[in-house]
Amino acid sequence: MAEPHFLVHSPKDSVGVVVIEGLKAGTEMLGLITEDDTTFTLNTKHDIPIGHKVALVDIANGDTIIKYGQDIGKAVADIAKGEHAHVHNIKTKRW
Amino acid sequence: MSNQTIFGYRRENGRVGVRNHVVILPVDDISNAACEAVANNIKGTIALPHSYGRLQFGEDLDLHFRTMIGTGANPNVAACIVIGIEPEWTKKIVDGIAKTGKPVEGFWIEQNGDLNTIATAGRKAKEFVHWATELQREECPIENLWISTKCGESDTTTGLGSCPTVGNMYDKLLPRGIYGCFGETSEITGGEHLCEARAATPEVGKKFMATWQAYMDDVIEPFKVDDLSDSQPTKGNIEGGLTTIEEKALGNLEKIGRTSTYIDVLGPAEEPAKGAGLYYMDTSSAAAECVTLMAAAGYVVHTFPTGQGNIIGNPIIPVIKISANPRTVRTMSEHIDVDVSGILRRDLTIDSAGDNLIEMIRRTANGRSTAAEALGHREFVMTKLYRSA
Repeated sequence: MAEPHFLVHSPKDSVGVVVIEGLKAGTEMLGLITEDDTTFTLNTKHDIPIGHKVALVDIANGDTIIKYGQDIGKAVADIAKGEHAHVHNIKTKRW
Repeated sequence: MSNQTIFGYRRENGRVGVRNHVVILPVDDISNAACEAVANNIKGTIALPHSYGRLQFGEDLDLHFRTMIGTGANPNVAACIVIGIEPEWTKKIVDGIAKTGKPVEGFWIEQNGDLNTIATAGRKAKEFVHWATELQREECPIENLWISTKCGESDTTTGLGSCPTVGNMYDKLLPRGIYGCFGETSEITGGEHLCEARAATPEVGKKFMATWQAYMDDVIEPFKVDDLSDSQPTKGNIEGGLTTIEEKALGNLEKIGRTSTYIDVLGPAEEPAKGAGLYYMDTSSAAAECVTLMAAAGYVVHTFPTGQGNIIGNPIIPVIKISANPRTVRTMSEHIDVDVSGILRRDLTIDSAGDNLIEMIRRTANGRSTAAEALGHREFVMTKLYRSA
């Protein structure tokens, strides 16, 4: 199998993790869900560093972000599918 | 797998150590200089300088004694010299370590001065070195090991690769009878409900939640500024792609695997007392403090998943570094003992990575120096609960 560009923990997740270095905007990425070994493709809209997250769906400001099938915080800006998702548009709900 | 053995040092109390240190232990900050002088004079000894031990009281003082005694008592320590400014607290630590049956002797500086203390302690340290260097390793079952874990400079690759590797190791070795330990109270925040559910009984789960809540009430709530007072996730975590403490916590909990449950909740540096199995310890998430506490509780090998590359070591227990981040493995290769970056490329399974880690634990227990040992990382950091008097 080709090496994946990004990995996703759970089919429920709204974000995935880029696992290759030097990912450029416009790349047609191969993604793999580790829980069930299924694959899908996604076009990235940004250059995203290794380890950083990409939005798998269109996410609205205020939406809960799901990773590991769990709530990891909320969007604080709209995030389009394929965009870089990190501290500039996601925050914990706790504080 | 079932016949795996290691070659370790069987100590007087039956525990198995994997290193053979002669430790020169300061009771307090002002005795560091004498301890370092002894360690400089007598080759084959190691001084453990630290910053505290004066005007502490109550629970904070109890923790100081527990950490000092536990460090000297650790099975990786063959023999121990204790040096303090005065005799009373020095003797208390000597007596605590002596319960293991190992050679230990105390010296104090008042009415002797540094120079006489260094001379007399040095003569005893030399005797201990001659004695310890004649001890032989013997074959022991791998289940005699006490193996702790804590991750550091985490990123999203730790939750995908290096933490599940440790979890896989625990799922394989805990059923065989090892002692395990995880902690990092602040870093469970966001996954506390999942951690509670992994307790062996509802009572143990309640004990964990009480520990976690006390940390929230006593430390975070009074002093918070922002997302865990701007400390969790750390700047390194954020550089590595982790966004929230919840996301970090979920990755952290991958270290306890799929099937393991913890059988008790320990205070910092508290020795496990309920037999073989996995324990939760109330610790800081700061790496050096956490590993120092786990070593003081009696753990002899530490497994340390890292994403961005935490370089920590410990003076008395080997710290095995595991990383799944290909950039870290490439740019900081001298710090990494087990490369599991193949998990991200899907050419290495978690199951095989767990076997690779068990093999590295076995080799390390047999005497292989870890990256941190070879590079001289000996971080020994006391946990302080509150201000001194």
